[in-house]
Amino acid sequence: MKLTRQQRELGAKFWIYLAALIVSVICVFPFYNAILTSLRTGQDLFLTNYLPTTFHWENYVNALGENGVGRSLLNSFLVATVTVGICLMVSITAAFALARVRFRGRKYILFTILCVSMFPQVAVLSGMFELVRFLGLYDSIGSLILSYTTFSLPFTVWVLTTFMRSLPVELEEAAIVDGASLWVIITKVFAPIMGPSLVTTGLLAFIGAWNEFMFALTFIISNENRTVPVAIGMLQGASQYELPWGHIMAASVVVTIPIIVLVLIFQKRIVSGLTAGAVKG
Amino acid sequence: MSHNSESLLPSAAVAPPAPAQAAPAKATGRKRSLQQRRARAAWLLVAPALILLFAVAGWPLLRTLFYSFTDAAMDTPEEYNFVGLANYLDFADGERFGVLADPLWWQAVGNTLWFTACSVSLELFFGMLLALLMNEKFRGQGLVRAAILVPWAIPTIVTAKMWGWMFHDQYGVINDLLLRVGLIETPLAWIAEPTLSMWAVVIADVWKTVPFMALMLLAALQMIPSDLYEAARVDGATAWQRFRRITLPLIMPAMIVALIFRVMDALRVFDLIYVLTSNSEATISISGYAREQMVSFQEMGVGSAASVLVFMMVAGIAACFLWINRFSHEGKEAGQ
Repeated sequence: MKLTRQQRELGAKFWIYLAALIVSVICVFPFYNAILTSLRTGQDLFLTNYLPTTFHWENYVNALGENGVGRSLLNSFLVATVTVGICLMVSITAAFALARVRFRGRKYILFTILCVSMFPQVAVLSGMFELVRFLGLYDSIGSLILSYTTFSLPFTVWVLTTFMRSLPVELEEAAIVDGASLWVIITKVFAPIMGPSLVTTGLLAFIGAWNEFMFALTFIISNENRTVPVAIGMLQGASQYELPWGHIMAASVVVTIPIIVLVLIFQKRIVSGLTAGAVKG
Repeated sequence: MSHNSESLLPSAAVAPPAPAQAAPAKATGRKRSLQQRRARAAWLLVAPALILLFAVAGWPLLRTLFYSFTDAAMDTPEEYNFVGLANYLDFADGERFGVLADPLWWQAVGNTLWFTACSVSLELFFGMLLALLMNEKFRGQGLVRAAILVPWAIPTIVTAKMWGWMFHDQYGVINDLLLRVGLIETPLAWIAEPTLSMWAVVIADVWKTVPFMALMLLAALQMIPSDLYEAARVDGATAWQRFRRITLPLIMPAMIVALIFRVMDALRVFDLIYVLTSNSEATISISGYAREQMVSFQEMGVGSAASVLVFMMVAGIAACFLWINRFSHEGKEAGQ
């Protein structure tokens, strides 16, 4: 039987919507399941059910207060903000030079920065440990700000460089003709229009710092200085064999919601930031 | 900072009107000096970033290399003796010691390579399907785009905990679903069973990173001019031919970049495995091995040696990628 063109198009539409539905369900389901679990207590936890059954908020109270996740949220926020702030400040001038000025060694610097952004964190772990101890930062938030710069800085320089490259040359030529110095060009011409790129880059770097685990696990030993990922990773129950899944899921939901909200608000920017580094680079 | 730059102000950038003949030569001369001054200033602008980068990446890397030749312990890094290459490989009384003689190291290498190969190829496959889907026009696209950003936004540790709970052998939803559908008859011990635990890790990783791959490929897809497809359709090309002859070659560069990013990322995997399967022998990665030696066993020297090996392995694989990439580029240019 031969299908008409209309029927074929209808069929194609059907498959597209079906695929879109499946994809959305797979992407969202694990988080949905975490929310369901976080609202259950006691025996209820262990009955698999795909719809909400009970609404117990104790898990949230418990996770935030007793288990110290609230404190960890503050630590994570502080570490990520300071790291990103330092990295952005340093990288804005570097990105300008790398994107806008032709000079010998520029390619090598860019290549080095790219390499550093890709190298495994464990490779600097023992050297960083020594540095952290030498500076007296062991078991303090400072150790994390220092170590997170290792991967945040190359990232911010790289992404800002790609953003800077995409700005029109005329802007700068006009400023040069007017006799503006490089410093004036950066602060008066580029910085104001770099706002959106800085937000995007900062947000991506913030998420990277927010999620970091290995340095946070190694350099922090006391409960009150832990960051969120370590706090969740270390959540233990009363006995070794009984994991408090309700608490863990509640804490997971709490630390994920701010990131998801941020990501959804800045959706378009984030997508452009993610792809800017790769597609054009 | 501003002082230095101020002195580099190109005050003479606007040339006074000159005789017509002399103008070009004079202009290029000025331009060159402007360029030179800008180049010198550029180094000043890059310097803070480079110095900071050296302090937090270059220096620790060199110290790690240094410690890999010593017998330092984690709690007293100031006291050490040089032991040469003994941390890497050592022969004593006919027996071999060191990281390279440790079966667990080779297990970790195997695990890491297997994890990387499986998860990156699955990500490429599903990422491509997802990107092709997102490239179609349909209603509710915004919702789907928001949905696929969710796995990307969720912190890795949370991903590990969420999937750990879903893979729970008694109460997990994965077993429940599989039982209901009838694919399995008894619950599987996803985390405890060595043959399954790596798949659990791969599945969680693929779930988390397919969106990244899809967004990268989608950005490349959207740059393909649509008239190419129309021309192909007029010529009677099938959907597969259009994909194979137009889409694939045009998104290849972006695909390779995304692949390199993902491979480098997968090779240094640590957090997902540490939390999901507690660094079990069947899933431990090379990064996990190095950290275990360093922190759990307090063997800073051995741990540093393992870290250096991780670094060399990752760098070697990266170099291979770059070489292949360049090689294929040259081949293409020669062919044209």
